[in-house]
Amino acid sequence: MTALAASGPPLDWAGLSPLVAVLVGALIVLMLGLARSRLARETLVPTLSIVTLAVALGCGIWQWGERADLIAGALRLDELTLALTFLFCVAGIATVLLSWRHVAPREAAHGEYYALLLTSIAGMIVLVAAQNLVTLFLGFELLSIPLYVLCATEMRRAASLESGLKYLIVGSVGSATLLYGLAFIYGATGSTDFAQIARALAAGGGLVSDPLLLTGIALAIVGLAFKASTAPFHQWTPDVYEGAPTPVTAFMAVATKAAAFGVMLRLFDVALIDAALDWAPPLAVLAAVTIVVGNVGALGQSSLKRLLAYSSVAQAGYMLAGVVVASRLGVQATVFYLAVYLAMNLAAFAVIVARERETPLGDDIDALNGIGATRPLLAWPMTIAMLGLAGLPATAGFIGKFYLIDAAVAGDYAWLGVFIVVGSMISLAYYLRVIAAIWMRPAIEGDAAALAPPPAGEQPALAGASEEATGLRAQGEVVAVAVIFGAATLVLGIVPSPLLNLVRGAGAALGLL
Amino acid sequence: MTLHLSIVLWLPLAFGVIGLFAPPKLAGRIALLGALLVLAYAVVYVVDFDRSSGGLQHVTDETWIAELGISYKLGLDGLNLLFVALTAITWFAATLWASFEVWDKPRLFFFHLLLGESAVLGALLAQDLALFVLFFDLMLIPFFFLTGVWGGPQRIAATTKMVIYTLAGSLLMLTAAIATGVLAAQGSEAGLSFAFSDLARRPLGEGTQDWLFLFFAAAFLVKMPAFPLHGWMPDAYRNMPLPALAVFAAVLSKVAAYGFLRVCAPLFPSAMEQFQTLLLAIALAGILYGSAMAFTTTSARLILGYSSLAQLGFITMGIFALNDQGTQGALLQSFNHGLVVAPAFFILALLAARAGGSEDIREMGGIAMRAPVLAAMFLIVAFATLAMPGSSNFVGEFLILLGVFQAKLVFSIVAFAGVVMASFYALRLYIRAMHNRTGPRVQSREMSLRDGLVLVPLVLAIVAISLFPQFALQRTEKTVGGETSYTPARVAGSPAP
Repeated sequence: MTALAASGPPLDWAGLSPLVAVLVGALIVLMLGLARSRLARETLVPTLSIVTLAVALGCGIWQWGERADLIAGALRLDELTLALTFLFCVAGIATVLLSWRHVAPREAAHGEYYALLLTSIAGMIVLVAAQNLVTLFLGFELLSIPLYVLCATEMRRAASLESGLKYLIVGSVGSATLLYGLAFIYGATGSTDFAQIARALAAGGGLVSDPLLLTGIALAIVGLAFKASTAPFHQWTPDVYEGAPTPVTAFMAVATKAAAFGVMLRLFDVALIDAALDWAPPLAVLAAVTIVVGNVGALGQSSLKRLLAYSSVAQAGYMLAGVVVASRLGVQATVFYLAVYLAMNLAAFAVIVARERETPLGDDIDALNGIGATRPLLAWPMTIAMLGLAGLPATAGFIGKFYLIDAAVAGDYAWLGVFIVVGSMISLAYYLRVIAAIWMRPAIEGDAAALAPPPAGEQPALAGASEEATGLRAQGEVVAVAVIFGAATLVLGIVPSPLLNLVRGAGAALGLL
Repeated sequence: MTLHLSIVLWLPLAFGVIGLFAPPKLAGRIALLGALLVLAYAVVYVVDFDRSSGGLQHVTDETWIAELGISYKLGLDGLNLLFVALTAITWFAATLWASFEVWDKPRLFFFHLLLGESAVLGALLAQDLALFVLFFDLMLIPFFFLTGVWGGPQRIAATTKMVIYTLAGSLLMLTAAIATGVLAAQGSEAGLSFAFSDLARRPLGEGTQDWLFLFFAAAFLVKMPAFPLHGWMPDAYRNMPLPALAVFAAVLSKVAAYGFLRVCAPLFPSAMEQFQTLLLAIALAGILYGSAMAFTTTSARLILGYSSLAQLGFITMGIFALNDQGTQGALLQSFNHGLVVAPAFFILALLAARAGGSEDIREMGGIAMRAPVLAAMFLIVAFATLAMPGSSNFVGEFLILLGVFQAKLVFSIVAFAGVVMASFYALRLYIRAMHNRTGPRVQSREMSLRDGLVLVPLVLAIVAISLFPQFALQRTEKTVGGETSYTPARVAGSPAP
């Protein structure tokens, strides 16, 4: 008994099971990637990655409704952790599917690519479950470092390497700033534990106006703002998103954002809740600036990945509104929006991946020209995703915006609600441009060639194996991702109750109001 | 008898979706069947309407999103009955017209056309503010596609402009709608609710009403369009395909006018009075500007577009007379104008086909010579447009002016000028197209049976409502004069003893 106590705190393996599943899966995948057989590397490894994430998802569902402190209060198991874990796992599965035949895992040795992906997801789970400043930073780095590498996995493309390097440098600055801020908060409050920080602040005694604490909060906001890519700390986003392999970009856009917002909710709405007057107004201004900068930045983009990068900046601004109001409604709105944002973006990125393989235009907006007629299975999801991101009704994006504005108005930040809709108006200009390309412009020539049967006699015998032909045939999984998440965007816009039940739990977990 | 409004609401969309999976050749017929069923339903609603009741009939009330206080509540009363009838009639006519023509990607075309009908019916029938806003914004999506894919030469620019302009207003309305629900709930025990009946019971403070009203007004005025906010209108009208344009001009602009009555009057009564003069001024400016533009421009489409702008000015004026006559007149005139402008656009298409494809009235002329029936149809429509005494439009405008006369004398006097100008632009259009010297490329011929199939019923409807305008007025009066205040001045003007 004493020996056990001395060896460490008691472990609640059931509560830790999602995290354990992901980490064990990462190790297995890494080992299996060393196998010589092509089958093992190219099929078994991604399959196992999906299985790992599905198991983690299953463990999460199993643990739903439990609330516990894990590992001596380092991590917290509650509905918020689990809801976000679901999002990470779904994003991870989609990323694996998008990567399946992508060039990036081939160049990075399959095992490493998928192991890094799983490790990053593990980092995200740790991050959003973190209960004290040290675990928070641990999760933050565990999430970031694999991503730096993943960005650079297309080793023969300079832009990919540049993207990885840029992300590494900027991300490190962000991490350092965050660490500095966390140290200041510790210095001011005397504890790294969120609950004790909250108690220290609630005790009063002028602590909330302590310059040490204020500096700490400011630095922590900046550090997290880098990761959530909110203006003015967003400059890395377009470049990194554009250069990184598209599946990795999709993953960064949805999962990293969800993780960053998850930790913001825990840090600001739990630990620092009594200092809300210190951080809420600046954060609200940050949200307003982000909405404007992101939407205006997206206007002139012709690269879809850059366009979505700026759009993700703007969307981060919308979601910040949910953090700012520091209410249960705000938490629910943020988590709800994170989920629908995931669906909309994954649908859009899946279409980009598909078109990158089908046309020589890469991620240029012209690659979508006329696909309404030639590729309806890609055209509809992209259209729904764009309408959803713009917040038009009958999509989940509308309900998400409704929820966020509701939270903003109820939290006495009505002006932030106005900013959200002003941002949506600006955003229409570029989202509609994408839809116009899909439905209202003539199809590009290469596309027609790819669709029409090859003229007899002119093609060499290997015509069936030409790049376009294989491109079209060999991406059932990419089209499936696009269709599933496009349909999800539509269905959740009409029947949002399942998702609302999920976020109601997440909102209750933080015990606000 | 309960006739579920959900059926009529979703019927068009259902047929649109079926059409998506049918063979392209059948898409038009399937859509037509859907529109016909909606029309049949609408006729039943009008006949079955209980004239002695001012309250909601055929109510459907389900909770949709409990967390957000949004309910799926539909209802029919004297306020929206005429609009529903108008929607069913004009959409059927437009679908019939469209099904005779050959469209690129027909399945998608009819899908969007019918999606538009469902969205409009939803906005009209919704008895929940959030639901109303949802459908109001949804109306735009099908017209974005209809214009952008099947429109004229500058279609992409025109449709983008239209969507951004109108959604700019609509999104502000979204914020205002949410704020209305949240702020109203703060003063009450019960939770968040967006149902009109709940909101009307929870009065808001005057300052709050003011800014909320301005946001709603922005949305409605852009949609109409009203004078200073009409920038999107000329391009959109020039480029929209005709069947879509006919329903757009006939119905969508009226939904905005309806919004003032359904949302603003009961929820923001003090703001309605506060801004009465401002809105009357905007309406008057619209009448004068629209009329002036309509008799200077030469594009027949824009003549109809600007005349609609002027007519919407009259309707707005009636609403902001804030008394029963004005509101009754606005409702009747909305119905009349929708019924007039839809056939006008179809006639325009026939004229253009006879003038070598040009829609410029300088290239028309002398068409009446060989097309007496068409000319007769056009004459009836033109007379109705200019509110000839004896037409239902005359009754509508008379009621509006009577209402304004009692409320704000000056506005009423100036607005009479608009009546005169209407006869000028309507007759100018008729004379330049039908009489005058025969245009350079004009090859006139009588309208075909197919054209008659669309036009004659519409013209008959105009004649019928002209002979018996009470048919409409009897159905609106109980609601307008009912306990929910759709005419704020009446309540304010009769203080408690």
